[in-house]
Amino acid sequence: MTHKFVLVTAFLVALVAHGFSIANAVESSKIVQYVVVDEDSLPSLNVPAILQSLTGKKGDPANGRKVVINRKKGNCLACHVMPISEQPYHGEVGPELNGVASRYQEGELRLLLVNAKFINEDTIMPAFYRNSGFNRVHKKFKGKTILSAQQVEDVVAYLMTLK
Amino acid sequence: MACKFIVFSIGLALALGIVHETGHAGEWGKYQVEDRRSGYTYRTKETRAMQDDDFQNPGMALVDEGEALWSMVDGKAGKSCASCHQDASVTMRGVGAVYPKFDIGLGKLKNIEQQINTCRTGQMQATPWKWEKGQLLAMTVYVRHQSRGMPMNVKVDGSAAPFFEKGKAFYNERRGQLDMSCGSCHEAYPGTRIRADMLSQGQGHSFPTYRLKWQKVGSLHRRFRGCNKQVRSKPYKYGSDEYVNLELYAGWRARGLPIETPALRN
Ligand code: HEC
Ligand code: HEC
Ligand code: HEC
Repeated sequence: MTHKFVLVTAFLVALVAHGFSIANAVESSKIVQYVVVDEDSLPSLNVPAILQSLTGKKGDPANGRKVVINRKKGNCLACHVMPISEQPYHGEVGPELNGVASRYQEGELRLLLVNAKFINEDTIMPAFYRNSGFNRVHKKFKGKTILSAQQVEDVVAYLMTLK
Repeated sequence: MACKFIVFSIGLALALGIVHETGHAGEWGKYQVEDRRSGYTYRTKETRAMQDDDFQNPGMALVDEGEALWSMVDGKAGKSCASCHQDASVTMRGVGAVYPKFDIGLGKLKNIEQQINTCRTGQMQATPWKWEKGQLLAMTVYVRHQSRGMPMNVKVDGSAAPFFEKGKAFYNERRGQLDMSCGSCHEAYPGTRIRADMLSQGQGHSFPTYRLKWQKVGSLHRRFRGCNKQVRSKPYKYGSDEYVNLELYAGWRARGLPIETPALRN
């Protein structure tokens, strides 16, 4: 366990050192660049984080809630139980998201949404803000991210309401 | 006689002992072998009841259609399937359990749909049936139905081995914008709800299957295409080498489980 953790940290440090352009080598013009900060450089973190808003703007929690529900956007209910009672059938693949704001800081949630594989490379959770490095993507989605930078911010703002 | 009886008793005791040890005694009956559980066991009671009752299972209509086609003369050779294969319940019994299978002439695997069309073009001098259309689906259902209840038993060693390995690699390779492998869902989370649906182990022994969502019977390759598309990946063609190899791996994942064709799923 500790071993794995150290490895992840080392990997992130390497990426930060390279200015983090590796992950977004292709199509980098279309995607906002971001910096991942890990727990070594900021001890108040429990997991790596992206501290700055991707758009420089605050997110809109009401729109975030819509994005989370939308099956063509976040589709988070496929895998998570959330306090959204008007929607039937919440999936159970991931943990319940009620209370997630007391478990994570804003920047940590942002990284989880951008690319949860930085925290767990085996996770089934899709990277919502990544547009390259995939295998055999359907042409409708080639070179695109699942969510826009602003939608990521909106979802982060919504998750921060789940205390 | 007495001797035979004793041997039988010991055999029975051993068999019961093994069942007891693995701890799966009877929970899902024949639909579970070791830790392999048929997709049937992940469906609701209502869906299972519909499959169990041939009069309620709409897939059974294709068995009747297939039976009619079996003795229908077609093609320049003036033959029907029955001209050469006679009674399907005898000659086709067990065939569904061992396909896809390595074909020496082709130098690769061949599935049942492809074998049917090989007979149509080669033996009957008739036109091949189109994938996912009524006749090929009906005949595939009919042929596999002759093995209903028999355990899946595909050959994965010898000449089949390299194709099996390709199928396995496909199953474990991440793809699409959602970046998931087949195993991301069917190995990591069987028995878990993904939205309203409960994930199964993603096996191939029940196909062609009647799906309530499709409101018709569909082939295993149709299911593969759907599972590729839902992770936003470009699907392969019906009958492609990739899918036939994958079919062998999906069949092996169901080894020992009884063929259910035509199964019923939601
Ligand atoms: C395909 C399934 C899937 C989808 C879709 C999905 N997640 Fe997740 N998520 C998971 C899993 C599984 C975990 C557990 C962590 C892991 O696998 O590393 C997780 C973890 C999380 C966590 C951390 C929760 C905790 O308590 O540790 C958050 C927050 C989260 N997801 C948010 C979201 C949001 C928001 C969406 C939609 C935009 C989403 N997820 C979509 C599968 C999914
Ligand atoms: C003229 C004779 C002939 C006709 C007509 C014919 N077949 Fe065949 N079939 C064969 C022969 C010979 C083989 C075995 C050699 C081979 O693989 O081609 C075979 C093999 C098969 C097999 C594989 C059996 C196994 O044990 O692997 C299936 C399934 C099959 N045929 C289905 C059909 C169907 C369905 C039709 C009608 C659409 C049909 N055949 C028409 C001669 C025929
Ligand atoms: C996002 C999760 C997901 C992924 C990834 C996925 N599937 Fe599925 N698959 C499903 C769901 C949901 C069903 C319907 C419920 C069930 O049987 O699991 C299903 C059903 C199936 C079935 C039918 C099982 C039965 O008994 O009726 C097969 C076979 C299958 N998948 C194979 C595959 C293969 C092969 C891949 C990779 C190409 C794959 N799946 C990728 C979610 C997935």
